[in-house]
Amino acid sequence: MVRTVRKSRLKRATIGDWVIVVIMIGLILICILPVLSVVATSLSDPAAIMRRTVALLPRTEVQHVVDNVIVDREFPIGASLDAYRDILTDARFMRALGWTAILTFITTIAQLTMTVLCAYPLTYDHLKGRKIITFIIIFTMYFSAGLIPMYVLLDTIGLINNVMVLILPGLISVFLMIIMRKFFMGIPESLKESAEIDGAGPLMVLIKIYLPLSTPALATLGLMYAVGRWNGFTDALMFMPAAEMAHYRPIQLLLFHILQGMQGVDTTLDAGAAAAPGRTESVRAAAIVVAMLPILCVYPFLQRYFVAGVTLGAVKG
Amino acid sequence: MAKFTNYMQRYWALYAMLLLPMAFFIIFRYWPMINMQIAFRQNNIILSIWEVPWATNPDGTTNIFANFQRMFAHPPFADAFRNTVMFSILDIAAGFPAPIILALLLNELKFRRFKRITQTVSYMPHFLSWIIISGLAIQLFAPDQGTVNVALYNEFGLGPIPFLNQNNPWIATVVGLGVWRSVGWNTIIYLAAITNVNPELYEAADMDGASRLRKMWHVTLPGIRPVIIILFILALGGVMAADFDRFLALRNPLVASVALVLPLYIFEWGITNWQFAMATAAGMVQNVINLGLVLGANFVVKRLGGDGLW
Repeated sequence: MVRTVRKSRLKRATIGDWVIVVIMIGLILICILPVLSVVATSLSDPAAIMRRTVALLPRTEVQHVVDNVIVDREFPIGASLDAYRDILTDARFMRALGWTAILTFITTIAQLTMTVLCAYPLTYDHLKGRKIITFIIIFTMYFSAGLIPMYVLLDTIGLINNVMVLILPGLISVFLMIIMRKFFMGIPESLKESAEIDGAGPLMVLIKIYLPLSTPALATLGLMYAVGRWNGFTDALMFMPAAEMAHYRPIQLLLFHILQGMQGVDTTLDAGAAAAPGRTESVRAAAIVVAMLPILCVYPFLQRYFVAGVTLGAVKG
Repeated sequence: MAKFTNYMQRYWALYAMLLLPMAFFIIFRYWPMINMQIAFRQNNIILSIWEVPWATNPDGTTNIFANFQRMFAHPPFADAFRNTVMFSILDIAAGFPAPIILALLLNELKFRRFKRITQTVSYMPHFLSWIIISGLAIQLFAPDQGTVNVALYNEFGLGPIPFLNQNNPWIATVVGLGVWRSVGWNTIIYLAAITNVNPELYEAADMDGASRLRKMWHVTLPGIRPVIIILFILALGGVMAADFDRFLALRNPLVASVALVLPLYIFEWGITNWQFAMATAAGMVQNVINLGLVLGANFVVKRLGGDGLW
């Protein structure tokens, strides 16, 4: 049955349809090929990279040795996991990876809690002072004091070179809070009313009715917040400059330093580089792949949620 | 009064819930606004800001705008200002129409599953940090070993193209990467708006024998106009707000003169060189212009009879 439907759809497709398909295939390639290229490099032998043989498929090196002299080299397609071994045994890299995972988890939970606490009371139309509170919140979307006043504030309250600076200043995104509120508003008022008649207070209504019905929104917001924290590094760069805070720098900042060639001299990342020219290339590529992998694995599964979430925020009001 | 007590008895929990969020906004969003007075005071990173004397001219007379004057006379500020505006205009010119066009095309795509796959893949770049994208960019565009330059050389004997190490190619690369990162993601809103277009309009257009392109132009596009306008106002509001991560990650010494945008200027002169007063002034100029642009665009749109943000 499915087969015949598809066949008829194919048959009815016009030239215009095929032109669009071709454009879309182009788009898919443009999105995927850069990533593929990095994966290929991360799996290639340094010598193959130096010889400029690597494009989209990983290559290894085969040496033809006669009497202990290399007479010929070939670079057939093949994978080597050396770069990943270097990365995954690098204490600094693995610590940054683990720390960023923990930090992302804690931050996301805190952000979701705060966002719900902020959005839920604002769904009560009769809440006294709702207008002024909403204005106070929305205004911060359109005007911010800027970096230096923020820096001075963080200094005043003791957050410079303090791990909490990676969590506290970004607790609520107004944009995501509005999405949350809008989602809450979509839950039938009658549920709330009947619970209130049964004597449930606002907190009870939130926990027993609103939260269980809000999994799609919570998943969307959770993903947005988590991606923001996983990908974020400027706060650590600006507000945690002290050397003794280096343990608490997130993975993206470490990656930035690796890409900028600013890594210290005592790590295997550099030992690898010293061992073979071209090695840095494959190790860098492997670091990039490892740092983007977690998000790339998660986001497709949450797609149906976040599409709903984003469109919810798009309708103004 | 009894009514109020009654109300609070029932709903005090709502205010209790708002306590922490409001504390967050007041501490982390409004307190820094008080600190903006740094812009009007002498540069001093030791004294508490209330104790620092007001800014002075070189001759010692008080002039609270002295930092602003010094900043406008500071050549790097002028560069940063110009670069920021340039990148914003290029970003809007290239990046604003792109998702609209893509959404129109996706909407016309007949094969459901293929459409979903295309969408999933096109969202992917949105989830990559600028650090990772800069890594990809080096991987692709480096002069010697970049995949694109290698391919150009191996296949056509061309190149290398200086994507990353000359001013104009670098600007094009940065703008291109911006479109690459956002185009798929930004279709979400437009596609949602398209599903809300009244189907009867398409039927009527069919009756009139309208071609597909005509329907896109005369039905779909006008149908999503309000969304386009709102997103355009928001885009205008970001004209002075260059993305710090993006320029920090993608810049290199060879393109330093065009890569300096306002957020980098503020970071470098403020935090690295301790010029707090001048950097605060630069941030204020940036944020006030942004606010002005949003308000202005919103006003104009409403005047023209459209729906604004408010």
